[in-house]
Amino acid sequence: MARVRVEGVRKTFGKVIALRDISLTVEDGEFYVLLGPSGCGKTTLLRCIAGLERVDRGRIFIGEREVTGLPPRHRNIAMVFQSYAVFPHMKVYDNIAFGLRMRRIPEMEARRRVARVAAMLQIEDLLDRYPAQLSGGQRQRVAVARALVMQPDVLLMDEPLSNLDALLRLHARAELKRLHQETGMTIIYVTHDQVEAMSLGDRIAVMREGEIVQVDTPMRIYEAPATVFVGSFIGNPPMNFLHGVVEEGKDGWFFALEGHRLPLPPLREVSPGQSLLLGIRAENIRVDERPHAEALPAEVMVVEPLGAQWLITARIGEQFIKLTLPPGRPVAPGQTLWLSFPIEAVRWMDARSGQAIRELAPAASGSGKAGDSRG
Amino acid sequence: MKGRAWIGSALWYMGAIALALWVLAPIYLIGLLAFSPRMAVYRWPRPLLPLEFSLETMRFFVSATGTLAATRNSVVVALLTMMLSLALGAPAGYALARFLFPGREAVRMGILMTRMFPMAILSIPLAVTFIRIGLYDTPWAVALVHTAMALPFVILITASVFVSIPRDLEEAAMTLGCSPLSAFLRISLPLALPGLAAAALFTFVISWNEVFAAAILTLRQRTLPALVITVLNESPLYFRFAGGFFMVAPALVILLIIRRFLFNLWGITSR
Repeated sequence: MARVRVEGVRKTFGKVIALRDISLTVEDGEFYVLLGPSGCGKTTLLRCIAGLERVDRGRIFIGEREVTGLPPRHRNIAMVFQSYAVFPHMKVYDNIAFGLRMRRIPEMEARRRVARVAAMLQIEDLLDRYPAQLSGGQRQRVAVARALVMQPDVLLMDEPLSNLDALLRLHARAELKRLHQETGMTIIYVTHDQVEAMSLGDRIAVMREGEIVQVDTPMRIYEAPATVFVGSFIGNPPMNFLHGVVEEGKDGWFFALEGHRLPLPPLREVSPGQSLLLGIRAENIRVDERPHAEALPAEVMVVEPLGAQWLITARIGEQFIKLTLPPGRPVAPGQTLWLSFPIEAVRWMDARSGQAIRELAPAASGSGKAGDSRG
Repeated sequence: MKGRAWIGSALWYMGAIALALWVLAPIYLIGLLAFSPRMAVYRWPRPLLPLEFSLETMRFFVSATGTLAATRNSVVVALLTMMLSLALGAPAGYALARFLFPGREAVRMGILMTRMFPMAILSIPLAVTFIRIGLYDTPWAVALVHTAMALPFVILITASVFVSIPRDLEEAAMTLGCSPLSAFLRISLPLALPGLAAAALFTFVISWNEVFAAAILTLRQRTLPALVITVLNESPLYFRFAGGFFMVAPALVILLIIRRFLFNLWGITSR
């Protein structure tokens, strides 16, 4: 177990820059998730840490040891592949013991360690079978067991749940979390599934086009996205972004949105005439049937009853907004709802750059800035 | 509506049957007469059913002068071809399957282009060269030429075998303590073995059946096809049937064994 440090790693494939000078630190025992859409470089980054890709530039440390130039076998890592990569010509036992044999660990000791991880993953009954005789979920467990048995400094996982069906995935996700709590292992986990990232990660690094956009705890990422991209990538429904302009009134600046005036908190680097986005999560919008001060009228377009909550698509002027309501409230298309946005739940974004604008008031501002939050 | 579908499948089956007959009928006739008494060939009407089984014809062929020696030569040449083309072809196939290297497409094309030159044009200069370096009339000479002929197939087959083995497996082995070489030896090679065996058998058949180069490059060390073709004109009809069967049989058996892999090669999944 060890911390992992990546310093200014760059990786190119021909003319494509897959990783643009990535830096990050994964703490000892941390469950660190790399999250991003396909092609963002998250898997490449993981493979660089594993040693399966050679970096063009930058350095990688596992523990205090620099591993940048070392082949995978000398890095003391273990990896779970998306395809599981279970060896089809070996029985489950031999699959799990494979790495131990390569390390020349005595057969007695190996048998003990295999038995322990097999028990931990509840696959003791499968040790005599060939992978072809296993279900997808069982194969995934074998792959995890094969990695765990190595007692690596860091466990790398590349979308290990994406090949399971929905129900099994839910189960396996909880299992992984339990496993992490039991072993206290350092885990770097790649996924494109934001729910997986939220539920598993101690911290999430959101990646886009070869860069890390934001590193934070799941809740900070959810509540205080550093960019429009993060806000709309995380959460279902994605964060609402309403377009408006900063204008100057007689008692200070306000936010002009579809002909309405909303108060504007003191923000850094904002000037009248600037285009802003008002970001707010669906569940944070306050909804009234009657008009009141600071509330905007919105026309209900679509009502989707989703069980635990109802998802409403409404229209403010020309802009659409998603909000959620507890079930049972009488809402119908065509109806007018009065919406207000609690100021503490609003994220302000610069419309041009897509970057969050920090507030001047110290109480509301967090560490939700882009880039690496080094420990 | 239904009637039209019925006609369609009937035509399809008729076509399939016609094709099968086209291939199987001669083999059947050869087999039939090879296992009939010698004089059955001259009888009229020709017998079409295996009524008089006899080993006489086959015995005559096998005990004819040179047959056994030529068979031995054929086997030696085929085995040499098998080893040479696998030793050269399998690594090439692996490289084509696994690595993106500059000139990869050119190599692929080049491999196919070796089949462009007809043996008839190549064999005379080859014979001259072999005489000069003292390889003429040896199994090695024939095996070298057969290897050249078989290599494109071996490379294509082995490349498709290695492509079908996920790269993840080798990478997983490397994260578990293997060097690239030991990952290949412990993971890819065992998984590729059936396919490699198929490629080997296929080269055996190519070499076993090849007649032109073998006939030109040997004089006394004839391979079986070379021997049969040179004595064909002076030999009786039943000798030709027996020889035909003797040469077809191993190829048939081998092709039946490796059929699955050949289907795989052409991108059709059997089963």
